[in-house]
Amino acid sequence: MGKNFLMGNQVLARAASDAGAKMMFGYPITPASEILETWIKIAGENEQLRYLQTEDEMAAGFATIGACLAGVPAFTATSGPGNVLMQDAFSMAEALRVPTVAMIMQRGGLSTSTVIYSQEEVRLTCFGGNGEGFRIVYSTSNLQELYDYTLKAFQSAWQYRFPTFILADGYQGKMKGEVEFKGEGLEIEAQPILKPGVNLRNCYNLEEEIGEIISQYSDEYQRVREKIEEFEEYQLEGAKTIIIAHGIVAAAVKSAVDRLRKEGQSVGLFRPITLRPFPVKGAKKVLEKAEKIIVIESALGQLSELFKTEFYWINVPLVEINKPAVGFTPEEIYGTITQLS
Amino acid sequence: MEPLLSFPKCYKKESKPHKFCPGCGHPIVLKMLGQVIDELGIQEKSVFLVDIGCSLLAWDFYDLPTSQTHHGRTVPVAAGFKMADPKKIVIAYVGDGGAYAIGLQHTITSCLRNDPVTTIVVNNTLYAMTGGQMAPTTVENEKTTTSPAGKKEEEFRTLHGPELLTGIAHPRAYLARGTTDKPLVLKQYLKKAIETQLAGHFSLVESLSACPLNWQTDAQKTIERMKALEAFYQLGEIKK
Repeated sequence: MGKNFLMGNQVLARAASDAGAKMMFGYPITPASEILETWIKIAGENEQLRYLQTEDEMAAGFATIGACLAGVPAFTATSGPGNVLMQDAFSMAEALRVPTVAMIMQRGGLSTSTVIYSQEEVRLTCFGGNGEGFRIVYSTSNLQELYDYTLKAFQSAWQYRFPTFILADGYQGKMKGEVEFKGEGLEIEAQPILKPGVNLRNCYNLEEEIGEIISQYSDEYQRVREKIEEFEEYQLEGAKTIIIAHGIVAAAVKSAVDRLRKEGQSVGLFRPITLRPFPVKGAKKVLEKAEKIIVIESALGQLSELFKTEFYWINVPLVEINKPAVGFTPEEIYGTITQLS
Repeated sequence: MEPLLSFPKCYKKESKPHKFCPGCGHPIVLKMLGQVIDELGIQEKSVFLVDIGCSLLAWDFYDLPTSQTHHGRTVPVAAGFKMADPKKIVIAYVGDGGAYAIGLQHTITSCLRNDPVTTIVVNNTLYAMTGGQMAPTTVENEKTTTSPAGKKEEEFRTLHGPELLTGIAHPRAYLARGTTDKPLVLKQYLKKAIETQLAGHFSLVESLSACPLNWQTDAQKTIERMKALEAFYQLGEIKK
């Protein structure tokens, strides 16, 4: 309890412990490694917590599945190329409705790339795998949210039984700041999934068999999505220009919006917190009143793709500001928006 | 000769007859494992995890909590399950492709960690489910769909799984290779493997096994080929 001055990755490990997670399986990768290191430190002081440094990310993902099948809340953390390898496991988690939790600290894409920052793993985290993206993805924006949404991620995963992700980045993972811990001692209602009488499979004989299962999952996903969807509205009252941004870019947008508002510009921010499911209902209410929409992201349109899929019908000018794998400063956003208006 | 026992009690009767091809060795391995589970009285606390490949057909073979995993990933699922529920007996059932090709790093690392899980590898020297392609276990001059001229040891040496692990295994780990030709001997190995897990150590049992469909062999030739394999691969308790 109380306030703590910590690095983002340390916050995540502590949050998982407070959330009621019991096990972590991980393979070191920059910029996520301190999550495993911190968890190991915490586990050293609590005999209920366990960990395993696996031989690779595939093993980390699948061992997380194994623990969840036994009814023990477990998680993993990775980034970039590790996220690519873990899609093998996440697609199985999606197929068998295994409530894995994974913290994805985005680094640069393509390939091995840079090791600190990008928003290039949106598509992979939301839709990676040979499936339909029956996943819950929370995109955090600051250190306190790393803590708060990790608490929520474990609850959502076990309540809805969709693989759940904290999508952050190396900036959030490596920065230090003050965070309030308020969830100590939470419990997750976790029951064994693989128990007597249960035979699970992910390989089917007939197209119709798996087709029915996908449709059933889709119906369930659509039924619960409104309970899961989250978004943040910032300075949207009467805003004619609405900026859509997620994650740490949204934090920079907020500073820019403050300055623009002071100068009398009618600008606000709509920030999807859940990228999967995309907060359609919340966005509709806001975006219908917009005269201009600006999507800003550190990727080539991965966020705007999510937005456009749901709002292909909206008759409002759209500007996309993309800096693939490169961060934004508030000053830069301020300058760009000023130029546009 | 001691007669083979009838249907093990831990079988899931609704899923019989089983889904394997006529002449396949899998059902012999599974029957021996079923008898071991019965004899040790561990049905209530066993969990069965199956790989992708022909082993996936065993997903509802026993009246045991059972799950298919992904190709080569059964061992890490087993390791995670065992960590989460150490009182369970966790059995990973995989083919030679899953254990020695796509999942070899997991087999080796599980052995290095001395995970108290039991891995059973059914070795029919090729990828059977996908139509008979070359595996690390394919033997000299064996023709497969991806080694149509016959596999050459000079170009690709043959992997001997349990032997590979002997150098890294914990002193109390158990490694053996049996054959479906001698099911009661195989059964002894399986029993010792489970007992090794109960004692808290890693165990792996490989069984040589026939695939008449992909070998394109009749009964006589299948028997001959099994004899040849038994002469090539070392049978017995490789580490006890």
